Amino acid sequence: MPGGLVVGLTWLVVCQLVGEVLVRLTDVPLPGPVVGMVVLLLALEVRRRRGHDTDRDPAVRAADGLLRHLQLLFVPAGVGVVAYLGAIRDEALPIVLAVAGSWLLGIVAIGWTTRLLERGERAA
Amino acid sequence: MRDVVESPVFLMALTLVSYRIGLSVRDASRGHALAQPVLVAIVLTGGTILALDVDAATYADGVQVLSFWLGAATVALAVPLHRQAARLKGFVVPMLVAVPLGVVVSVCSVVLLARWTGAGEELVRTLSPKAATTPVSIQLSETAGGIPSLTAALAICVGILGAVAGPAVLTLARVTDRRARGLALGGVSHGIGASRALAEDETEGAFAGLSMGLTALATSLLLPLLLAVLL
Repeated sequence: MPGGLVVGLTWLVVCQLVGEVLVRLTDVPLPGPVVGMVVLLLALEVRRRRGHDTDRDPAVRAADGLLRHLQLLFVPAGVGVVAYLGAIRDEALPIVLAVAGSWLLGIVAIGWTTRLLERGERAA
Repeated sequence: MRDVVESPVFLMALTLVSYRIGLSVRDASRGHALAQPVLVAIVLTGGTILALDVDAATYADGVQVLSFWLGAATVALAVPLHRQAARLKGFVVPMLVAVPLGVVVSVCSVVLLARWTGAGEELVRTLSPKAATTPVSIQLSETAGGIPSLTAALAICVGILGAVAGPAVLTLARVTDRRARGLALGGVSHGIGASRALAEDETEGAFAGLSMGLTALATSLLLPLLLAVLL
């Protein structure tokens, strides 16, 4: 469908805008795009309940396209880190140990807790 | 030549070509964990602008178009979640317990480890919100009395760590459920972790996106309390 991409991207940007406005109105401690994600999720659920095939929605197609190259969008922020490599040299040891150690404990904590609780829920 | 090197068109082309090379490296290495396109692209682009002496602010201005679409891409994470909505059934309670618990573990461990290894208080406060998605971690660092730009850089680093090592660590820890893997990756490595999770499996990506949102919320609510207790 010609114009489908622009229509789809428009939906995504409008959802982000709604998210930003909601954040400002409610002071919820979240970034606008995360609230926008919830807005789009609710909109898609409503459309599915009304019998639409949401896989053919322009917003869904645009989202699939953007997410296929999600890593590209993080490159600018990552390049910004290069500027900090010099600044953290003095305290590199505590930073590397604390950040890597905490990351490892966090990922295992979430993985194991979920597994444990999910088994409990299935058994109940 | 100087004005060409500092122009948005050069900086965009450099970034896009670096990313394209990253994709080729990933395919050529048959998906080796270190060959994440984001990492390859950062190294190539970062190395080039260092060599050409382009400063970070000029680069950031030049590629603003890309940074802009990150917001819409975050909204787009609703789509995998929408497709997986049925798999949320029976998973809400584990999720609402495990993700906040992960936040508590992340914050407490980074604070304690940093203090044990001799970090000053400002650095400890800077490190504390690093697991939250970058825009949130910046805000939290500011309220906590840290250095927001350094927090942002560290949040990117834990994101890349998750993209590179996350799936292998979860496999070693015998976490096989795609939903649990996604929650864990999104909870410690936010959007960059979610980008790897999406490349692995749609369910994993959907739950990583959801977990990123919940982690941002839980970190915002819990961080002031935890810092008051720990410091």
